[in-house]
Amino acid sequence: MSKKLMYPALSVLAAAALALTGCAPSASTPSPSASTAVATPTSASAALSVSQPWVKAAPSGMTGGFGVIKNTSGADITVTGASTPAARMVELHETVAGSTGAMQMKEKDGGFVIPAGGELTLEPGANHLMLMGLAEPITAGTEVAFTLVLADGGTFEFSAVAKDFSGANENYVEEGGAGMSHGQPSGTTGSATSSAPTPTSK
Amino acid sequence: MTAGDHQPAGPTAGSDGPGAPRKLPRRGLLFGGAAAGLGALAAAGAHLAGAGAQDAGKSAPAQPAESVHGGGVVPFYGARQAGITTAAQAHGVFVALDLLPGTTRAKVRALLRLLSDDAANLSAGKPALADTEGELAQVPARLTVTFGFGPGLVAAVDPARAPGWLKPLPVFSIDRLQPGFSDGDLLLQICADDPLTVAHAQRMLLKDSRSFATVRWVQTGFRRSYGSEKPGTTMRNLFGQVDGTSNPVPDSTDSERVVWGGGDIPAWTDNGTSVVIRRITMNLDKWDEVDRVGREESVGRRLSNGAPLTGAQEHDEPDFTAVSKLGFPVISDVSHLRRARPEDSSQRIFRRAYNYDAAPGAGGVSDSGLIFVSYQADVDKQFTPIQRRLDEMDMLNQWTTPIGSAVFAIPPGCREGGFVGESLFA
Repeated sequence: MSKKLMYPALSVLAAAALALTGCAPSASTPSPSASTAVATPTSASAALSVSQPWVKAAPSGMTGGFGVIKNTSGADITVTGASTPAARMVELHETVAGSTGAMQMKEKDGGFVIPAGGELTLEPGANHLMLMGLAEPITAGTEVAFTLVLADGGTFEFSAVAKDFSGANENYVEEGGAGMSHGQPSGTTGSATSSAPTPTSK
Repeated sequence: MTAGDHQPAGPTAGSDGPGAPRKLPRRGLLFGGAAAGLGALAAAGAHLAGAGAQDAGKSAPAQPAESVHGGGVVPFYGARQAGITTAAQAHGVFVALDLLPGTTRAKVRALLRLLSDDAANLSAGKPALADTEGELAQVPARLTVTFGFGPGLVAAVDPARAPGWLKPLPVFSIDRLQPGFSDGDLLLQICADDPLTVAHAQRMLLKDSRSFATVRWVQTGFRRSYGSEKPGTTMRNLFGQVDGTSNPVPDSTDSERVVWGGGDIPAWTDNGTSVVIRRITMNLDKWDEVDRVGREESVGRRLSNGAPLTGAQEHDEPDFTAVSKLGFPVISDVSHLRRARPEDSSQRIFRRAYNYDAAPGAGGVSDSGLIFVSYQADVDKQFTPIQRRLDEMDMLNQWTTPIGSAVFAIPPGCREGGFVGESLFA
């Protein structure tokens, strides 16, 4: 997918509206699961562990999943995909400077590489799991099950608790869509840095 | 008696004359521009305060203390909750939450899980999950977060488990209770030796509460700063009184029974207890009118060190039979000490109070008092009889008025991976 996504500074409402109309409810529902990670044997996933997993509570549309994933093996491990019963789709997103200099969210080409003996930090404003098309509201305290798909075909499962979080406004629109004014050079107005209203929170 | 009693245990000025320039180590100089300036101001203040402050001026350390103690950790996990018999920290905030109408058992469980996880991380000096100001968590300063359950929370989870005393206290004639300082479904008692640590923990816990509950009241209190006095020194309230002398010694067999129950008075659940929190205004302006003799008589203790008027040391047993030359009891029958002292030894409580000093109302100069905090295994059997006697007669009532009152059941602590209150869901 070559879709480029960007932070809306001003059009959270518009993005939320897009998200609402664009998402068919998924048939599956989140199931309660143990909060410990479950590794599939015979895969690189045995070398993975997760700490501080959490997901931003959201009423609908999109939201982000975060945590620190550690690789205790001597070889890099690549995450190529992710899924959750809580959302129709999960993408692996990174934050990069776009051609205009503004920070943009986009799908990570080639997936996330967790270096040998290192860790991958998923956090607001940086690499994260992007949940799109929430099946139902994710309310604070809910446990959300995630499955990471690894390059070797193995999977790594973990559960993340939903937190009431005002940041990580991971609502996206496609570049050039919905009359975004986000791409203007920084510093010309204060609007790009002012905190966007979050009418979609809670 | 005054500041002279509490010599800092640091290096003293030694043979340096009072006006001699002191040779500070280079490190001290590098740190110390601002600190030295403050020290000079403090010294000037001591002079201005007059002759009585001379000792205090002399005992000032030759250089700013370099000890840093913000790393102190009180374990969150354990059979019993922290923050009860934990030596009282310098700062405390008490927050009562009201659950949103219709909050289900499952929601209460989710809330307690989130808050327990926050409390565990922050107590350990680690950022809470999704902590946006994680740097503030790096100074735990003996942070404790203690959870108490009001009647509403227990009713939402398992009404059959509610102890009989989990209800508002009986009406007392001296009370002028305000709803804004009374009752509540969930208590968060947040204490630490650093007020910024307390504020951050409060913010984090309330962010995780706001999907489930609203803030009913907040009471912020303080004692002497960490290191100002020897640990274990009985606190003073804003009347200047030594307050809490007859407390059982923490972690003694005495406090064990008083706080955690035993014998005829079991706790409502193993390793559980109860807390009564009462906001008591202290009318400092009226207290100003009372001379020292009258002040001491009202309590039955000396202001200097808290000793009973029949004794010399703080912890001397009061002698209620002693009479003056004129035949009057040395400790008045209507003094606070006499009225609070039970005939029945089971009527004992463990106090862990904090002072408050709020902004004065229009035309006033103070709004001060005590956040009275009392732990006991059984409110009805231990606390209420004492309060009844004080309600009937206590000289101190002339200057003090309870304006808030709340009772909470304190559940046991939890193990790592668990949450406070989980036994209620069993």
